[in-house]
Amino acid sequence: MQCPKCRGNMRTYERNGVHIDQCDGCRGIFLDYGELETLTRMESQWSQQHATPAPPPPPPPAHGAPGWGAPAPHYGGHYGHHRHRSWVGMLFST
Amino acid sequence: MSESDDLIGELGRIGLRYGDAPPEVLPTRPDVVILRAGSVVVKAHAPGAAGEPLALRMRAARHPALRGILLEPVTEEVMEAHGRLVTVWPTGVPVDHDAPEAAPWEAGARLLARMHAVHPEALPPLPASGGPPRVGEVVARMKGGSAAERVVRRAFDCLPGLGSAPATGDVPRLLAHGDWHMGQMVRHGGEWILIDADDMGVGDPAWDLARPAAWFAAGLLDPQAWHRFLGAYRAEGGCAVPPDGDPWERLEVPAQALTVQLAAAAVATAARQERELDEVESVLIDTCQRIVKFRSACHSVATQ
Repeated sequence: MQCPKCRGNMRTYERNGVHIDQCDGCRGIFLDYGELETLTRMESQWSQQHATPAPPPPPPPAHGAPGWGAPAPHYGGHYGHHRHRSWVGMLFST
Repeated sequence: MSESDDLIGELGRIGLRYGDAPPEVLPTRPDVVILRAGSVVVKAHAPGAAGEPLALRMRAARHPALRGILLEPVTEEVMEAHGRLVTVWPTGVPVDHDAPEAAPWEAGARLLARMHAVHPEALPPLPASGGPPRVGEVVARMKGGSAAERVVRRAFDCLPGLGSAPATGDVPRLLAHGDWHMGQMVRHGGEWILIDADDMGVGDPAWDLARPAAWFAAGLLDPQAWHRFLGAYRAEGGCAVPPDGDPWERLEVPAQALTVQLAAAAVATAARQERELDEVESVLIDTCQRIVKFRSACHSVATQ
């Protein structure tokens, strides 16, 4: 087979099931019908396998809660303690 | 004229001497009297307060190493009025009690970090900081035998170094405020500053973080406020906890102790007012219950 560009001799290689014709003169490459698609598919499979893993979930706060702490927080106002008299008293007094 | 009127009259005369406006009584805790005379406040300390430690603390409070950290008294002198110790301070603007959600957690944390960085050797000699001894005193104020009181006493008994459990590890000997809460800061000259040297001294600075730590652990303080406080303390180089990683190794005992103290105070107050514990107070009792379980579990592991 002759190179369509420089009329040089084209040599056939096979790599992972894909036929590649390369010109000995200008090093140009000729792909048969469907081979470009095959290469694209193989490339995307490779990327999936080697993709960097998804970032891990954000770590828990660097300084967590103690083992004897409240299992379910009482803040957040389910009884609106933020203005509760004894909470405010405790916040401000000895 | 009652004894308290006599005291207020005498404080008013002191206020006129140092201040610049007619004296008025400010609301404060029941055992302390505070009069404001314009730019100064006159404080009658709690009955029975010891004079010598207060004199040492007043001298330290005047030291330049604490400028911008602790409010400087108008005079180092400790006066006496009707058997009460009296000190004179500049007037400041306290944290707004009506907007606790806007409390300046970061400013408090930074001030504490800066105080903890002052070497006690740089100051005139100081007594031990307050904190640990108060826990037992407040627990002893509970006079009944209710289920809540038994839980608080059991929790107190398992606190290392305070109840019947032995202390663990060395106690740091650093400068500490000794009684920090949101009432211990005022705005003065446009900046927040710590007030009240009554419990300042040498001890474990982790106790100054113990109240917010206890509130956070009990689930009463919004975790965001806690993390802002702790983050600001660490960012300022605060030495009471390691710069990163788990702060609870250092905070655990003081925070548990303050939980016990706050629960005991709540029980005593509810009994005095002849009422049931409210929701916030009950949360403290529940936390004491968990402290007992947690400490018992640790103990059984340690003895295996």
